[in-house]
Amino acid sequence: MAREAYITGVGQSEVGVRLPRHPLLLTVDAVNQALADAGLTLDQIDGVFSFPGKAQGYLAFSPVGTDDLIEVLGIKSKWQMGAMEQPAQLSAIGMAAWAVKEGICRHVICFRTVYEAGGMANPAEYMPLQQKTTSGSSQWTSPFWATSAACWVAQYAARHVHKYGMTREQLAQIAINGSKNALLNPNARAITKEELTLDKYMSARMISTPLCLYDCDRFSDASTVIIVSAGDALDEIKATPVRIAATSGSVDRYSWDQVEWSAAYDAGPDLWKNTDYRPKDVDTVQFYDGFAFLPITWLEGLGFVEKGEGHKFIEGGTRIARDGELPLNTAGGQLGAGRLHGFGFAHEAVTQLRGAAGERQIPGDPKVAVATSGGGPMAAALLLARD
Amino acid sequence: MSSAPPSSPPPRPVPKLDAENRAFWTGGAEGHLNIVHCGDCGQYTHPPRILCRHCQSENVAPKAVAGTGVIDTMTVNHQPWAPGLEVPFVIARVALDGVPGVFLTTNIVNSPVDQVNFGDKVRVTFEQQGDIFYPLFEKAN
Repeated sequence: MAREAYITGVGQSEVGVRLPRHPLLLTVDAVNQALADAGLTLDQIDGVFSFPGKAQGYLAFSPVGTDDLIEVLGIKSKWQMGAMEQPAQLSAIGMAAWAVKEGICRHVICFRTVYEAGGMANPAEYMPLQQKTTSGSSQWTSPFWATSAACWVAQYAARHVHKYGMTREQLAQIAINGSKNALLNPNARAITKEELTLDKYMSARMISTPLCLYDCDRFSDASTVIIVSAGDALDEIKATPVRIAATSGSVDRYSWDQVEWSAAYDAGPDLWKNTDYRPKDVDTVQFYDGFAFLPITWLEGLGFVEKGEGHKFIEGGTRIARDGELPLNTAGGQLGAGRLHGFGFAHEAVTQLRGAAGERQIPGDPKVAVATSGGGPMAAALLLARD
Repeated sequence: MSSAPPSSPPPRPVPKLDAENRAFWTGGAEGHLNIVHCGDCGQYTHPPRILCRHCQSENVAPKAVAGTGVIDTMTVNHQPWAPGLEVPFVIARVALDGVPGVFLTTNIVNSPVDQVNFGDKVRVTFEQQGDIFYPLFEKAN
């Protein structure tokens, strides 16, 4: 029988804005928490996986690499991987799952550390040098002041407005739902201090139509760790394991303006190919919301609703609330709990499936969750199940 | 104390020219919007490459296309991404006439932002800055 892969430990450092603690120490904090959660010690870890690896030219974006952890934690690693060129953030966890299924590793640390707020306070150390020219994919957008991904996602969102009639009141529900859930998430205290009302949303400063300020996530400093273990190593684990029931990813073209629809519409259907679970079996979804429109693409791409219907599903916010039919981003998402860059969604999915989410725990003994990451041309999804 | 100098708009980010992109970014000097075209299969490759992304032929060359198109999607940007950048302005994805499957991110200029819409017919207008001729678009009628 084929070996399975499980998430057996989760950890998260303090999440803040301009934290004084060094990002390597934030990462070690999250590792220690995940190890304690799983009931493992460092000498049992034999692999380290990350997205996107250490970003030497832009350390605020990714200040810690797999080499750093292997070095400072004394890990005897059998396999490691830290790369930007993979389907999306959560595909690092997907690859870790393959490593343990293949028998190469038994217990693997997967991590994502961000220092994008603290880094801006220390630009000499953490921010990229000012370049005289632009090259690579950014040369096709930045010369036209489409500087931020906000401008790129806005153009996908604007099409939903134009073609399908999405309204700002409907889109608002992603950020409003996120703020409500974040208020019940102790790790989000530095990011969300009050509930976002529709009035406040509607009067917010526009960034790039239809996206306003509250539709964009906020730079934060944090590390999130997910431990992936082989199914035949579970007797070493004390926490409730959560099975990685399926993974999928997609990059059709690495270009934000040459793809017709975002890669979520490819990775979505693929997630269901290697599992008997179907969307109706899913108890909660944790969808990447670096920009508020992206969860709508995942709702549609994964087949929870038809293409062009996502904004109608979230209207009024009741279906996606914690007590609704499909609770969304129950820890607040990135809009409510900070730009953890993908890994926060896996962390929260596991927390909910274990019934360990405290005040924000969804009802009904949830057993199946989907976590996703990416937007535009990149996408990766995980289907998680508690057996 | 002298008054502050009048603010000038920031220069556009400058693409680094290389073998693949030079014809695109400099074609405006001759009034040409150049897109890489395959001499074998007849299809276009954008962003520009030294081989055809459809048939992998190396028999490719920049070809001046009509320079007209349709606004496929667009956003009105309100955020000044650089000091002194005047807002709002339109960022659009233009589907080029006669160049199936190729889109350009660009700005729609010479019209108030509220007069620019999905489906509008547009034509290229080049803005020179140093060696670079930025292909911007304006409404065609």
